[in-house]
Parts: sequence; structure tokens; C-alpha cells
Amino acid sequence: MQAGSIWKRFRRRLRYWLNQSERQRLLWEEMEFHIESMAQDLVAQDIPEAEARAAARRKFGNMTQTSEDARVAWTTRWMSDLWHDLRYSFRGMRRDAGFTVFAILIAGLGIGASSTVFSVVNALLLRPLPFRDPVRLVWISNGNESTNTQTEHYSDLRALNGSFSDLAAFADWGVGNRELTGTGDPQRLTSVPVTGNFFAMLGVQPLIGRSFTAEECRGSYSAPPAMLLSYNFWRRQFLSDPGVVGRKLILDNHPVTVAGVLPASFDFGSIFTPGTQMDIFVPWPLTDQAKPRGNTMRIIGRLKPGVTVRAAQAEFTALGKQLDKQHPERNGIIPRLMPLAQHVSGRVRPALFVLACAVGIVMLIVCANLSNLELARLSARQKELAMRRALGAGRFRLVRQMITESVALSCCGAALGLILAVAGTRGLAHLHAFELPLLSTVQIDGSTLVFILLAAVGAGVLFGLLPALQISELSLRAGLEDAGRGSTGGKRHAWIRDALVVSEIAFACTLLVGAGLLMRSFLRVLDVNLGFQPERAAALRIDPSFRISRLAQQNSFIDDVLHRARSVPGITTAGITDVLPLRDDRMWSVSVKGQFYEKDRHPEPYIRVVTDGYFEAAGIPLRAGRVFTERDRASSEPVVVINETMARTISPGQNPVGQTITDYRRQHVLGLVVGVVADVRHASLEAASGPEMYLAMRQTGDYAAMQLVVRTALPPDSLAAGIRTALRPIDPNLPVREFVTFEDLVDRAVSPRRFLMLLLAGFAAFALALASLGIYAVISYSVNQRVQEIGIRIALGASAADLQRRIVLRTLGLAALGLALGMAGSRVLSSALGTLLYGITSGDPVTFIEVGTVLIAVAAIAGYIPAWKASRIDPMVALRSN
Amino acid sequence: MGSEKPKADLLPGTLDMLVLKVLMRGHLHGYAIAQLIQQLSDDLLRVEEGSLYPALQRLEMNGWIEGEWGLSANNRRARFYKLTPDGRKHLTEESARYRQVTGAVARIMGFA
Repeated sequence: MQAGSIWKRFRRRLRYWLNQSERQRLLWEEMEFHIESMAQDLVAQDIPEAEARAAARRKFGNMTQTSEDARVAWTTRWMSDLWHDLRYSFRGMRRDAGFTVFAILIAGLGIGASSTVFSVVNALLLRPLPFRDPVRLVWISNGNESTNTQTEHYSDLRALNGSFSDLAAFADWGVGNRELTGTGDPQRLTSVPVTGNFFAMLGVQPLIGRSFTAEECRGSYSAPPAMLLSYNFWRRQFLSDPGVVGRKLILDNHPVTVAGVLPASFDFGSIFTPGTQMDIFVPWPLTDQAKPRGNTMRIIGRLKPGVTVRAAQAEFTALGKQLDKQHPERNGIIPRLMPLAQHVSGRVRPALFVLACAVGIVMLIVCANLSNLELARLSARQKELAMRRALGAGRFRLVRQMITESVALSCCGAALGLILAVAGTRGLAHLHAFELPLLSTVQIDGSTLVFILLAAVGAGVLFGLLPALQISELSLRAGLEDAGRGSTGGKRHAWIRDALVVSEIAFACTLLVGAGLLMRSFLRVLDVNLGFQPERAAALRIDPSFRISRLAQQNSFIDDVLHRARSVPGITTAGITDVLPLRDDRMWSVSVKGQFYEKDRHPEPYIRVVTDGYFEAAGIPLRAGRVFTERDRASSEPVVVINETMARTISPGQNPVGQTITDYRRQHVLGLVVGVVADVRHASLEAASGPEMYLAMRQTGDYAAMQLVVRTALPPDSLAAGIRTALRPIDPNLPVREFVTFEDLVDRAVSPRRFLMLLLAGFAAFALALASLGIYAVISYSVNQRVQEIGIRIALGASAADLQRRIVLRTLGLAALGLALGMAGSRVLSSALGTLLYGITSGDPVTFIEVGTVLIAVAAIAGYIPAWKASRIDPMVALRSN
Repeated sequence: MGSEKPKADLLPGTLDMLVLKVLMRGHLHGYAIAQLIQQLSDDLLRVEEGSLYPALQRLEMNGWIEGEWGLSANNRRARFYKLTPDGRKHLTEESARYRQVTGAVARIMGFA
């Protein structure tokens, strides 16, 4: 049958079903007419009217039956049955309000948690990136996934390769640092230089206006002629005024034309630089000789149709070798290709996997718990079910009834879960402090709704199935007889409930172990020696609003700032740096005078440009030699300070102080090593620091920002205003800029780890609560079943302590079994935590022992309560009852 | 269901076909349909009222017939059914199928 007629039939059926009672009446009238006609015919054969009517009616038969049969045509049987079952379920729910509320609550929590996690997984792993044909986009890095490429290599690769229809790139260095003046308060914008074809290659059309022209891509790096606004910046700064396109804005004291506004769907920050919002995009003139040198580019390519990443990788490996040979003067190039989607979500994949497993386990515990409760309810409802059997309900019909009930329950739970998930995703999407890509796109969409529905039905069937199958075991007579006396009541029944509790404990154990391992890793991370002291240290960005052209001008600014900052009451020391720990980084290749290096074997220290006072303010201890002083100026000999790792790299086992460091081409001297300081964890808390080299800020202009770092005697937050006031006389235009405490920096660096740990701990606590509830329910049920037996034991002289011991021992038996299974499972599963662990192994014995202790303790308490109740049973009452 | 005298039982599905066929003659109400089937079969086939009305509902639900209220010969409100184009098509298909089946049965039984 064609789709059209199926649809028509369905519509007709629905229409009939909706005015059932009217149709019923009409059918009845039709049948009455039939009987009447029959009677008329009989009267015509000379049969008395009354007799004729009776005969006709007799012949027609059971009108009700006929109308029922006829009605089947328009309400298929299962529909009306479903309707009955549902009504019956809701009546049952009202009767058992306590059970219902509890079931809806835990199903709702489970479904809410799992659908929130699903929506994150959906946004990060399942949904395609918001670009045209995103599967053909490839991330091209250099050597390892996070290393950039030199612009010259980019131009050559773009010209020479045959695998990509185009390559485009954006800058990783020099992001930010543009100052907007002339529209209200001066403010600092985060800007990204991009190649002219960047938006066209990704398939992003400006919402209004146009992309960059070829002309604009040939301008100067420091003063771009045009810019594109991000949607959020346009909305925030210009209140979505389309008239801004075409206007000139003052950026770093240069007029820049607004070429266009990018669409809301293009959220550069959330994809490429999680945790940072980008305001404007400027063209990147590759021809400008004044552009920053070195590895500054992040390259994305669009594969030609039919070309695989693997084939492109092979081509690029060869191209890389060729370029390396042709251009020994450039930085090394080892192209590494991976699908863009994998690059974007790769870092968070393990954490998401762990979360997905955790919510899966939570859902299983929820189901086991509800199953258990349903079983307990079932034994109370045995009589009712037996009665329904006796009245002719088929076995299958009863099973269906039970499953309908449980699905109805879990669907009510899903409604609650939906509310929780909406709240959860809202909260997540607004966590700006959080470096998760695509976080702002996390939302409840169609696929999440489908997931919720499937989860609800799946959970309902899962937890309804066991009790439903129990019904088939139901014996009619046993059910109808008074069930209270059966002290032997269903061995099988008890066995199933025990098994459910054991599985709950095992699942809870797995979650607890996972949460425990993450928690211990977290504590280990917090214990790491950072190399600086975050307490009472803070940084304030103070780039001067005027352009500094000479070192002397810069140094008098620095002198002035430091002098004023140090005189603010409450500030003990102050210094200036260009990059803050755990936030920014850059790396140079260098050489040490008198040593020979092969290509790409040069020391590559991270570069920080700092003034005197910085080491004291940040709390970085000096290991050898001296730190910078005010006398290290443009006129004096250039000096550098290195960290211990760098010291080990350049002169293993010797004193590095006194060595001279040059750039890697040995063209100019960077400085004489005057001191060695402790390693600072600059990239993350977990990763050991690499070699680091500090340049004296008074001797160089090569830095992108000025951060005033202060160490305070008071809480740093209270001093922000004081510092601003103190600095105002130097530069009245000094914008109100970012003030950040070092503790915030650390906090932000550990936030993903803490977030994951807290989530998992929450799941584990929920699981533990459910499992202990399960234990409690099973033990009290078995106590209730054996009230008489216990009464007899007490009457025969069993002591309360003895009884309690028996019951608690049984509980502990269950708990031990669950624990053993759970531990074995966790041992296997915890290896999946892999990179998320820090400082401990996945089999960390302390965690396992602690989890075991907690679980046994909780089980003992859960079992002790019914045991205590049992020991207080009055034997006379127990024996007399039924 | 015991009836007074042996009647030919209808093959399953044949009632629907007969109703459709009878409706080729024009608009008829339920009683008339039953009467007509009985007459046309020389009283051999008697339609059970208990199955006629469910069958009419079913046919209408499938869109093969359409019912509308009108007045009977003796001025009583009755429901008249007519064949739809879909129903006509269905009838052709059904009768072809029926001919095949009965032909096959007849061959086996050696009637033909």
C-alpha cells in the first residue's frame, strides 16, 4: 500500500477515534433501522407486530457485541488496551504515591544526568562542525599537534600540494592586543589575523558586508586596512547596528574599515581557542616583511574530493622533507595531518568517554533499584494480579500491563529529566571559565529529545521486565490464598532481588573507584610544586595607551609604573612580565656560544620578558647567580636568567652562569646568563616545565603585553582599585583592564579536572545512596517476610544481639559479593581513565581500599537498621498476626 | 454458532467482496445489502448481521465505500453506502484473486 493511502487511513482512523461516542450512536441507529426493516418484512408476512419485532431482534443477535466488533475497525485493539493500561497505571500510581514520587525522582535524576552528558557528547563528537562540508577539513600542524608552522612554509605548501583544493591559516601569535578607541571607553579587543581566503575556505559567508579583498590582504601587519566583526562583539559593542559596516574605527591609533559582520553560527573561539572569545578578524598580509617571524601559523586545509587524509599525509611528508632541504635557513617542517573534527574534540574525548560510561552505570543502578522496588510492590499486588488472571486476563496481557506501568513511570521521570537537562545544558553553555570546545553550542535539540525518549522507554522496559517475567511464575491458587502466611515465600524471588542488590553494589563500587581515582589525582595535581607561589600574587594588564617608540621611553614608563605600584600600601613587591604562568607561551630556538647543534637540535626555551621584582612578586625562587635588577638597562650588557631545566640542557653538570646565549642563527646575542631560577609550570599543572629563558624587559621591545605582577600583604582583590588609582597619573587613558589573581590562574587551569571529578563524585554519591537504599529495601523485605520465624526464634530464646548479627552478616555477605564483582570490574574499567589520572596508577591500592571500606560501612548501616527493628519484634504479636 | 439449517459458510474475505459487488448496483443501506446478497444467491448465502456491520465499518475505514445518511423507501433515516473509485479498483483485484483461488480449488477437487 502506498504511503499516501496509509496516511489517509491513519487520518480517518484518528478522526473516527476522536468522535467515538458519536459514531457509536450512529452505528446503533443504523442497526436499529436494520431490525426495524426486518420486522416490517415479517409483518408483511402476516406475523403480529410485537412478535415480528421480537423475532427480528432475536435474529439480529447481540447488538452490543456487534457494535464492539465494528468499533475494532476504527480503534485497533492495542490502542484501546494501551489506553486502559495507562489509565490503570495512573490509578495505581496515585494509590502508591510514595513509591511513585520516589521512582519518578530517581528516574528523572538518572535521565536528566544522562541526557545532559549526551547533549555535550552530541555537540562535541556527533554533530558536524558548523562549516561547509566539514568532513573534508584537515588540521595541519608541524611535528606535534600543537606546534605551528612558519608562514613561508605555508605559502610553499599551498602552492606545491595537489591534495587540497585550498589551504588557509590563522595566527596563533599576536592574538589579541588591539586597542579600540573612539567608541566609548578605550578597550582591548581580541583579534585574530587570518589569511584572506580563510572564510571562503571554511565556507562561512559574512552575515552583512563582505570578506577581505585581495588589496586588503597586501597591507601592513601592524595596521590592517580592514576587519570583520564577530557576531557577539557586533551585538555587544554596536547593539547589532548594521550601519557599522563600512565605517572606520580606530584600532591601535589607525583607522580600520569594518568590512563585514560574521554570522552567529561562526563561533571561532569556541572551536579553535576554547575559553577565549574572539572579537575581530584582520587580514594577514603574508607579503609584509614586518610580520612576526617564526612558527606563527595554524593551518587548515580543504581536501579535494576523493583524496583521503592518509594520501594527503604521504604527500605532505614528502613536501616537508623537500622544503627542509631547500630552505635550511627556515624552521623545520614536519607536516602532521588530522581531520579537523578530531583536532577540535580530541583533547576532551577521554573525559567525555568516562562521563558517558558513568551516566550509563548510573542509569543501570537506577533501573536495578526500580526493578527491586517493583518486585517488592509485586508481592504486595500478588492477590490483585491473581484475581485478574482468574477473570480471564492472559499471561501476555498481564506482562504487557506491567511493562506499560513501568514505561509510564519512567516517562514521567523523563519529563523531570528533561527539565533537569535543560537547566544542566544552560548552565554548561555559560561556563566561560572552561576550556571545552563548542561548549556554547551545547543545548537540548531534536536528537537530545529523541535520546531522552529512548532512554525513558529503554529504562522502563528494562526495569519492568524482571517483575513482569515474575508474573509468569505466579500460581493462581497461591496468589488467591492469603499470601501473608508464606514464610517460605518464593526462593527464586529472593534470589533475584539479592542479585539485583549485588549488581547495584558492584556498579556503585565501579563509580566510586572512578571518582576516587580522579579525586586522588586532583589532590596530587594541587600538590604539584608550581615553581611560583600563587597566594597573594595578582596581575594587572597595563599596556600603555600611547605607542612606545624608543627603549628609553619604555624604560621610563616601566620605572614610573614600578615606583608607583610599589608605593601602594599593602603591596610588598611588584614587577612586570609579558606572559602569565598557565596562560600564554611562546618559544624560541637559541644557541649557546661555543656549542654546535644539528638542525632542529637547538635548545628551544619558552621566552618570558620580565623586569626586576617579577621573580619576587611571583614567588619564583632563585637557585644560583642573581635575578634582574634596575641596572639591567638598554645601555648595559644584555643578560638573561634561565630555569633549572634550561641549565641542565645547555650545560649538564656545570654552572651555566656566565654562558652567552644567542639566537639560533648566532646573529645577535640575547644575553649573558646571570642566574638560574626554579622551573615554573607554565603550560599546565600536570606537564613538567620545559626549558625557560627570561629576558630583561628594559633591554628589549619584543613582547606583546605588559602585565604588572604584585605580591601583596592584603587579599589581592582589595588592591585592584588602589593600583589603578596609583597608575592613573602616568597614563590617564590606561584602560580598565583585566585584573587576575594568580590563584585564579591556577583555579582556571584545574577547572576541567575539578569539574569532571565533581561530576563523577556526584554520580558516585547518587549511586551509593541508591545502592544502600537497595540493600535496606531487600533486608527489610526479608525481615518482614520472616516476622513469624523471627518471633519463634525470640520466643525460643534467641538474643537480640544474635539476631542482629545474623541479619547484618547476611547484608555484609551481599555487600562483599557486590564489592568483589565491582572491584574486578573497576580494575578493568579504570584503565580507561588513562590520561586523566595524575601521580597514581589506575590500580591505586589506596583508592580501592578506601572504596571497599566505605561500601562495607554503608552496607553495614543499611543492614543494621532492619536488623535492629527485627530484634525488637514482640514474639507474641508476631505469632498472633494472621 | 448453530443455525437452523445448513448454510454455505463464506470463505474469509468473501463477504467484503460480495458487499462491494452488490454496491456496484447503486446506493444501498445495510439491510438492503443483506437482502440482495441473499436473493442473488437464491437464498443460499445468508449474511449474518453480526458480521455485516463490522464489515461495513472496515470497508469504510479502508476508503472503499462511503456512507451517508438518507431516507429509506418508507421514509426512515438510514445509512446508504456507495462504492468509491478505490473500492472499485479493490473489487477488481479481489475478484481476480478469488477466481484464481476457486479455480485452483476446483481443479484439485476435479470439478473442472
